Amino acid sequence: MDTTAQLDEVKTTPWSGGRSPFSVEYGKLMMWFFLLSDAFTFSAFLVYYGAQRFSKMTWPDPDIVFQSIPGVTDHGAPLVFVGLMTFILIMSSVTMVLAVEAGHRNKKKEVIWWMIATIIGGLMFLGCQALEWTHLHHEGFWWGTIPGAEVLKELGSDAVSTQQFANLFFTITGFHGFHVFTGVVINIIILLMTATGVFERRGHYLMIEKVGLYWHFVDLVWVFVFTFFYLV
Amino acid sequence: MSLENTGVAHEEEHATMSKGRIWKVFFILLAITVVEFIIALGVPETVMPHLIRNSIYVILTLFKAYYIVAFFMHLKFEKYALKAGILLSLIFIIYFIVLLLIEGNYLNSHLTI
Repeated sequence: MDTTAQLDEVKTTPWSGGRSPFSVEYGKLMMWFFLLSDAFTFSAFLVYYGAQRFSKMTWPDPDIVFQSIPGVTDHGAPLVFVGLMTFILIMSSVTMVLAVEAGHRNKKKEVIWWMIATIIGGLMFLGCQALEWTHLHHEGFWWGTIPGAEVLKELGSDAVSTQQFANLFFTITGFHGFHVFTGVVINIIILLMTATGVFERRGHYLMIEKVGLYWHFVDLVWVFVFTFFYLV
Repeated sequence: MSLENTGVAHEEEHATMSKGRIWKVFFILLAITVVEFIIALGVPETVMPHLIRNSIYVILTLFKAYYIVAFFMHLKFEKYALKAGILLSLIFIIYFIVLLLIEGNYLNSHLTI
């Protein structure tokens, strides 16, 4: 066999060109790459938080910092409110997968309803976070601000570590909340595109999968934030 | 890559994530969170020391992360090359964690703040 004949032979292995070796659509692959870079950003924040916490002799007791349920009780209920927030976010992740699943069957109506449910979940989470931030702000926590000496005694931590805690809490949950917010905005755009029949005409609902990836990533980050701020 | 191609590959791939399976993953995630709550609120410090408690939290968190990434984000059903490409990169994060926690620990025993 001469060289020309060899070149003419059709190659079919995944890496021989002509198609994606990953068998995913271009946009979806790019979403994965973006999420990977975002994972590095969040890791950098959380790892810094871990390093700070390891380096300090004392640290505010999370069961005391987060013991209120806004609008219900001011103390004595650790983890309850954040538990609700976690549940809301996991739930909205489920409705997102259900939207993706409906998209595979090309059921426009179902996609619309599941997307609406997902958006409502996202807004509820943001509402809860706003309530929690407001509560902590009233307690005296903010970037560069901490409560007085009596509260610190109750928390069991000194001023430096409490300040680090406050800064990192607002920065990390704020950055996460910003992701939830952009996720909700993107979900609304996709909902409108679904409703106006853009994907129907396109013949597939791959866009739902791409925003779905982003939305699940936000949920994934929350799982880690929840563990390292509220449980540990 | 032509669009028809993705369409075909697409249907085969996604037959794996049915409604039943979605709810199953949801209940697993919920159950793990409930276990974390029980440990946090129901088990006193004397029964379970800090180190063991925190290790359990981290392991349970990694389980949750696995279920979200594998099933919700569908990574389990993607091509090996994609899985490897995404997951191997996480080595850098693990390295970063180890590095900075050791550093934090060093500061803890060498500084008095």
